[in-house]
Amino acid sequence: MVTDPPEDDPLAGLPTKVRTENLSYWYGNRLCLRDVTLDIPANAITTLIGPTGGGKSTLLRLINRLNDLLEDTRMVGHIFLDGQDIYAPGINVSELRRRVGIVFALPLPLPGTVRENVLYGPKLAGIRDPAQLDEILVRSLNQAALWEEVKTRLDEPAHALSGGQQQRLCIARSLAMEPEVLLLDEPTSGLDPISTGKVEESLFALKKHYTIIMVPHSIQQAARVADYAAFFLGGELVEHQPGRGIFTAPKDKRTEDYITGRFG
Amino acid sequence: MNARFVVQRVGFALLSLIALVVVLPILVIVAIIVVRGVGAISWEFLTTMPHDGMKAGGILPAIVGTIVLTFGTAVAAIPVGVGSAIYLSEYARDTLFTRAIRLAIVNLAGIPSVVYGLFGLGLFVLFLQFGTSILAGSLTLAIMTLPVIISTSEEALRAVPTEYRTVIASLGGTRWQGIRYVVLPQALPGIITGIILGLLRAAGETAPILFTVSAFFLPRLPHSLFDRTMALPYHLYVISTQVPGMPQEIQYGTALVLLMVVLSMNLVATLIRGHFRRRRPW
Repeated sequence: MVTDPPEDDPLAGLPTKVRTENLSYWYGNRLCLRDVTLDIPANAITTLIGPTGGGKSTLLRLINRLNDLLEDTRMVGHIFLDGQDIYAPGINVSELRRRVGIVFALPLPLPGTVRENVLYGPKLAGIRDPAQLDEILVRSLNQAALWEEVKTRLDEPAHALSGGQQQRLCIARSLAMEPEVLLLDEPTSGLDPISTGKVEESLFALKKHYTIIMVPHSIQQAARVADYAAFFLGGELVEHQPGRGIFTAPKDKRTEDYITGRFG
Repeated sequence: MNARFVVQRVGFALLSLIALVVVLPILVIVAIIVVRGVGAISWEFLTTMPHDGMKAGGILPAIVGTIVLTFGTAVAAIPVGVGSAIYLSEYARDTLFTRAIRLAIVNLAGIPSVVYGLFGLGLFVLFLQFGTSILAGSLTLAIMTLPVIISTSEEALRAVPTEYRTVIASLGGTRWQGIRYVVLPQALPGIITGIILGLLRAAGETAPILFTVSAFFLPRLPHSLFDRTMALPYHLYVISTQVPGMPQEIQYGTALVLLMVVLSMNLVATLIRGHFRRRRPW
């Protein structure tokens, strides 16, 4: 069941940043997303919730075409970014991925120092000016709430940081490209509560400038950060609502069962 | 002491013994060669031409020949070998075509070296008219070396976590940028190991150079790629079997020099590998 946002929707004025239209997706013969149509508002945090295997991570990876790297998959339907079909022929995929950044569940620092990690994206894009790179470095680390902790350790290997710091480093690495959309796939699943708090705080600051789509690692986290929430079950979009509506007044029985912990 | 402990001790001793059996032949070989050959080693032996039907003088042309051939093999085999490995590991999908390539590589590795020699004679020396030359010999050795370089390099590339490639892609990098900046530097120590293994084998082979480059007795240094040359393994074969009344000391001295050339190339390569390995994050 798909519901329309109520009239007093606080997000009503926000334009749609990402839209999926009748999106279905298969790994081999296994259906992973079924006919998903969803509008994701700009400059807000949209959370995708639901039990594992519901297609949430797949949806994220489709929005920046990371699943292009996989073989034996099939997609039907469309995904639009600012109204443009990102799977249309002639789309520059590297350019798209610079506009749509992603952070994975496990921190995956690349080989090299803290500085090198943050600057991978800009360097891959061909930025060479040292002053500009320094500016990007400081801005990104600040936005990821990491600058104070690493400002004296910029030339240490990235893997020497703690797990929580590594994850914020990965967020900084994505932010270095000034993406318009930030995809977060359980970005705090490996983190302690304090690091989690820091990441969530930085998300609140970031949504002024970015559209954030996040698979939270718990319903509690979803309830804390969500401006908009969508519930996925078995590849189907069951319902979506602005604000905390989905947590306090779910419209579908299955959503209610999930929220109250009866399965998943 | 309880029984389990005794069993553990016996088992441990047995395994150590087996390991020793592997090491022993190498130690004995090296010891015999060093003891019998070290007397022949002198500055003159290393830096002058042979004379008196190779029964006197030095082995300089054979040393230079082996170094030149190994270098030529490296120049020919490394780009092709590493390039093939990158293609197979990073670009190729699992198709009939790539399976055929892999099958070919496995089979190349199983071909006896004398067959490579005959192949080199047929293709490079005669058909392509390179003549019996350093060029023909290097290319023959390179073909023999390729399977080792390709399979070890491919393995090293595959050992680099897939996640790195995904992350580079997610940052807007192309596949080639991922290979160039992350995958290849990470795989480099393993690739260099493969190159070392391949080149060492090439440096010590006799059969592939027998018909393609080797000179029985040529007391001068090579002038060009199309020149013939002496080489240590073939020279050793010649003075051990083809020249009656050869002083044993020269035979063992030559063997010792071959061993030293190979081991020192190995050492240099190991140092290079260590240099790159230190830069790895794990």
